[in-house]
Amino acid sequence: MAVATVPRRRRSYRGWQFVGPFMIVFALVFLAPIAYAIYLSLYRNRLIGGNAFVGLDNYTQVLQDSQFWSGVGRVGLFLVVQVPIMLFLALLVALALDSGRLYGKSFFRVSIFLPYAVPAVVAALMWGFIYGSQFGLIGNLNDALGITLPDPLKPSLILASIGNISTWQFVGYNMLIFYSALQVVPKSLYESAAIDGAGQVRIIRSIKLPAIRGALVIATIFSIIGSFQLFNEPAILRNLAPNAITTYFTPNFYAYSLTFSGQQINYSAAVAVVMAVITMIVAYVVQLRGTKDL
Amino acid sequence: MTTTLQAPPVKKAPTMRNTRKRRKGSVTLTVLTALMAVYSLFPLAWLLINSTKTQAGLFSSFGLWFDDGKFALFSNIADTFTYNDGIFLRWLGNTAIYVVAGAGGATFLALLGGYGLAKFDFVGKKAVFAIVIGAVAVPPTALAVPTFLMFSKMGLTNTPWAVIIPSLISPFGLYLMWTFAAQAVPTEMLEAARVDGAGEFRTLFRLSVPLLMPGIITTLLFTMVATMNNYFLPLIMLKNPDWYPLTVGLNSWNSQAATAGGEAVFNLVITGSLITVVLLLAAFLSLQRYWQSGLAAGSVKE
Repeated sequence: MAVATVPRRRRSYRGWQFVGPFMIVFALVFLAPIAYAIYLSLYRNRLIGGNAFVGLDNYTQVLQDSQFWSGVGRVGLFLVVQVPIMLFLALLVALALDSGRLYGKSFFRVSIFLPYAVPAVVAALMWGFIYGSQFGLIGNLNDALGITLPDPLKPSLILASIGNISTWQFVGYNMLIFYSALQVVPKSLYESAAIDGAGQVRIIRSIKLPAIRGALVIATIFSIIGSFQLFNEPAILRNLAPNAITTYFTPNFYAYSLTFSGQQINYSAAVAVVMAVITMIVAYVVQLRGTKDL
Repeated sequence: MTTTLQAPPVKKAPTMRNTRKRRKGSVTLTVLTALMAVYSLFPLAWLLINSTKTQAGLFSSFGLWFDDGKFALFSNIADTFTYNDGIFLRWLGNTAIYVVAGAGGATFLALLGGYGLAKFDFVGKKAVFAIVIGAVAVPPTALAVPTFLMFSKMGLTNTPWAVIIPSLISPFGLYLMWTFAAQAVPTEMLEAARVDGAGEFRTLFRLSVPLLMPGIITTLLFTMVATMNNYFLPLIMLKNPDWYPLTVGLNSWNSQAATAGGEAVFNLVITGSLITVVLLLAAFLSLQRYWQSGLAAGSVKE
């Protein structure tokens, strides 16, 4: 082996033998599709003249497309309602686990985390059955009690029903992230705060929450990205509720429908690009606000 | 041969740290947390109960209790595996292939990449970091349609590769391995190995990998969940049911009832879902101590 006579130069490229493979595949499955989507979005397939460069026409159309915006609005509503509820519940459970005052702590930790291990498709199928008015639990309850519960699959409730599925799946995951972050807070801090006369609520507000702020921001960003991607649940529940879930229910579902039912791949690419940009902006703003004055 | 003298393990004196009386448990808090646990577990209980029912029994019996006198779990399991010439087994096998190749490959690439980022200074490191962090914000499903269009140009659609290749990249896995490698692998050890003339890859696999094991298993678990969860990607990439993973297959059984002349096999959808969940839970619970410590390490550094 050649002795490193010029160690500085050698060292300066050595890391690439490790990072290189990741970056090559990354370029193929992340960067190339982004570039290809941008390229596609600048063209349009016309009946006469074939594929023609149209500049930003597709984008102007997306920005004026009421179906696209209704999807964005739905996802936005989902985000401002479901994400806070889910994270709040997760935080409560994490604080309860961390309080040391819980009986059967490890049972709770594992059982609340379990839904995370259930694939989204299976979760959606399962909840779809439960929501169903035929042999679903809602139908059973209606028969047994002689009442008529609101149909969770009707258009005005479908978004809430989907929100419930997502909450069910991810409360435990977020709970575990918060709980892990809480565990590395030095316990002596609580003791000295208690000596100073601080109550539990005060300890939570002044010590615990600031200590896990990083984990809160990360969890929020992941949840936001997750909401913008909403596809599986509406796609699967659509079998049960074809009238409540339109082909443009979420922006993602819209891009999918445009490509596979509408054959409008150029327009679909523009939708995907606009959606990606919106997600990045929202995630970035949250990150900026979350890490400010840390 | 050298024998190193080891000091006899020193018995740790019982620490005096927790002499303070432990706070008493709270019943109210436990009951409230139990409500959350009930919410988390009851759909799974529903799944378990209803997998014991026949297709007819599903409609005639109460959802949260067994169908009187008929216990069809074993015939349901048998039917699930034999329906449509045993295609469920094929889907199970496909899922196993996608998970092993996709999650295994993703973990390997994340291990190499995270280790490289944590332990080497190299030209372009900042750029790598910026590109990867930027890409994390791009929703993978927004990429799926362009990836499909690109793969169909390359003739890769409707092959297992179309599912495996996009699964190979896990930015979150890279982040996990990076924080792990930064904490767990001492730089002095690498320097010493270099002085001894060991190659970089030899050093990684012989010395660093054992130290990184908890991180590797955590990354493996998360990428496994991601690959098992994959629905959108295989749905658009694959036309031939022979290549379906379980998720796409189960939903195709579920939706066949809605098509003209399609047979309703909800009992098989439910039993198939149960089998899928049981397999995943078994994997998760048996590797519990790894992912719990792993998550802790992943969330410390921010």
